[in-house]
Amino acid sequence: MKVTTFDQIRTMASDLFGVPAESISAASSPETIETWDSIQHLNLVLALEERLNVQLSPEEIEQMKSVGDVVKLVEGKLQAVPK
Amino acid sequence: MAGDGSISNLRSDVDGLLAQGRWNAAGLRIRDLWRKESTPATAAFVVSRYEKLREKVPLLPFRVAVLRSFTVEPIVPLLRASAFCAGIDLSVQVGDFNAYAQEILDPQSALYQFAPNFVILAVQSADIAPDLWQDYAQLSEETANQAVQRVSSSLQQWMREFRARSQASLIVHNLEVPARPALGVLDSQQGMSQSELIRQINQDIRRVASELRGIYLLDYDALVARHGRLRWRDERKWLTARLPIAAEHLIHLAREWMRFMVPFSGKAAKALVVDLDNTLWGGIIGEDGLTGIKLGSEYPGAAYQALQRTMLDLSRKGILLATCSKNNPDDAMEVLEKHPGMLLRPKHFAAMRISWNDKVQGLREIASELNIGVDSLAFLDDNPFECEQVRTALPEVTVIDLPEDPLQYAATVRDHPAFERLSLSEEDQKRTMLYAEQRQRIQAEQTFQSKEDFYRFLEQEAEIALVTPATLARIAQLTQKTNQFNVTTRRYPEQQVAEMAARPDWQVLSISVRDRFGDHGLVGVAITRDNGDACEIDSFLLSCRVIGRTLETALLSHLAENAAARGCRQLVGWFLPTRKNAPARELYRQHGFEPAKQSGDGTLWSLDLTQHRIAVPEWVKVNTVHGGKD
Repeated sequence: MKVTTFDQIRTMASDLFGVPAESISAASSPETIETWDSIQHLNLVLALEERLNVQLSPEEIEQMKSVGDVVKLVEGKLQAVPK
Repeated sequence: MAGDGSISNLRSDVDGLLAQGRWNAAGLRIRDLWRKESTPATAAFVVSRYEKLREKVPLLPFRVAVLRSFTVEPIVPLLRASAFCAGIDLSVQVGDFNAYAQEILDPQSALYQFAPNFVILAVQSADIAPDLWQDYAQLSEETANQAVQRVSSSLQQWMREFRARSQASLIVHNLEVPARPALGVLDSQQGMSQSELIRQINQDIRRVASELRGIYLLDYDALVARHGRLRWRDERKWLTARLPIAAEHLIHLAREWMRFMVPFSGKAAKALVVDLDNTLWGGIIGEDGLTGIKLGSEYPGAAYQALQRTMLDLSRKGILLATCSKNNPDDAMEVLEKHPGMLLRPKHFAAMRISWNDKVQGLREIASELNIGVDSLAFLDDNPFECEQVRTALPEVTVIDLPEDPLQYAATVRDHPAFERLSLSEEDQKRTMLYAEQRQRIQAEQTFQSKEDFYRFLEQEAEIALVTPATLARIAQLTQKTNQFNVTTRRYPEQQVAEMAARPDWQVLSISVRDRFGDHGLVGVAITRDNGDACEIDSFLLSCRVIGRTLETALLSHLAENAAARGCRQLVGWFLPTRKNAPARELYRQHGFEPAKQSGDGTLWSLDLTQHRIAVPEWVKVNTVHGGKD
């Protein structure tokens, strides 16, 4: 079974925000996850950059308003730079 | 990089073991995971799973406050995960941005209310010396010097004020020099260049730190340089999130902090036990022979010499060396004694187990021979199978993972926090010799029919003295390290010992011992406090190498006589049991104390000084050094 980008990001979010992975969907956002504050947002960026080897610009970080946004952004980057 | 598959397998293993209530096994798997992947994402997982283990496995609680001028929050989970895996349950408080001066100067501040064991002052050049950092080219020589003065004297003031207000240890970051000096190559041509001015501040910080007890310098500039100045800094995160350190280097700062914390936590290794074949030399002596093994000053043997040199450096810090190897003893001894490439010789090893026996058993025997706990051992072996066996059977041993490449062996050992020390006592520097004397004592003991005859033969002389500036560091170190013969296991930093000693109702005493085989040095501590007509023993401990020599009787006798002379009617003391202090359990009963009170933590013992005294054993000659305290 292939691990999708969504799965990977969901696991990271689950670890960082301390909520079960099953409860996280593409629509999950700082509004629906109480522990998703600015520090955890920064931690999420660091985890993405390190785990998925992507670089995120301040503008992109600003636009990550839900898990779905994050997945779309990261998938776009991973496709742009084929390994 | 480890494959994601094995990482996610480890994660589900951890959760499976936790669900089954297999706490120790879960703890081991979490450590595996953290070793394989020390990243921000894994840190959150490790911390959340350890939260479930908190009550189930032994962890040492420890409190750290970070005073800072930049974002450190993402380092906190990395630090807590590293600490958990080292057996430390860390509570971390982070101060407000650039509020460190107020926090230090205000005795009511959140910093002091948090009552940390340990405080980190992490201030960076760009924040505390912005003029030197970014406007240097515009400064006149005079204003540049004033900037140095301003920064040095502020830091000095904060260090002194902190010392006056708290007993916690303080770690002070020094300042990094810029990766690209304002004047380019011209910077190195000038006397008071931009880099040189910042280095001058660093010298000032170091001087002040060395004058103050319990204040230690973290060479942040060297840390940044070690990892590469240009790669260390992340300008974008600095400008957007006040986080100046690149994501991949956050773990390196967390590890540097750990190197300062481990020596305080009682988790430092006292002995390093090494394998021989493919660890101390390349190849297998039983197969390759004396001329076939790789060991010397050229590649590839140089890698093994580098490891041996590292071990010699450790032994100069007081860390004992021992070997545990599956080999024919004659083959292995021939290398140790005769191979021209060996830097380590038999005299450098405090204990040796060279046989075909199981290594777990070997480690147990080495710990017992050296009279230290198994948890004070670090184990180094190239064979992952042996490492795994030791980890499973003796989870308290610090097992060091060797990388594939022997050229990395020495660095792996040098980087390990278990070998860090923040101060060195005379005892540390001559420990290997002390152990050689100890071997002679043990041999002598076996030739006597009775213990008493042996004690008489030893001709022990003890000196009991009030703490002095010269003995303070060693006394604090013993409170931090002694686990076995220790009635209360209270750990004190130097400055707290100094403060106790300065109070009129407290006494801080040390006992130093010599016998016919040599000088043990300072090996015991007693701390007492007068409380009405009772003298309470706050701490009473003896180094493991003098357990069973009746010196505790001599020291207790002294406490009783002194307390009575000060008008005390009772000598009382708690015994607080731990997993390791069984050797001291019967101390009070054996000396005529009676149980007076029982609590959840332990038993309070009491000796009625109007009825009883404790006699000094006839075979110990005691000299008392009276201090000038009144």
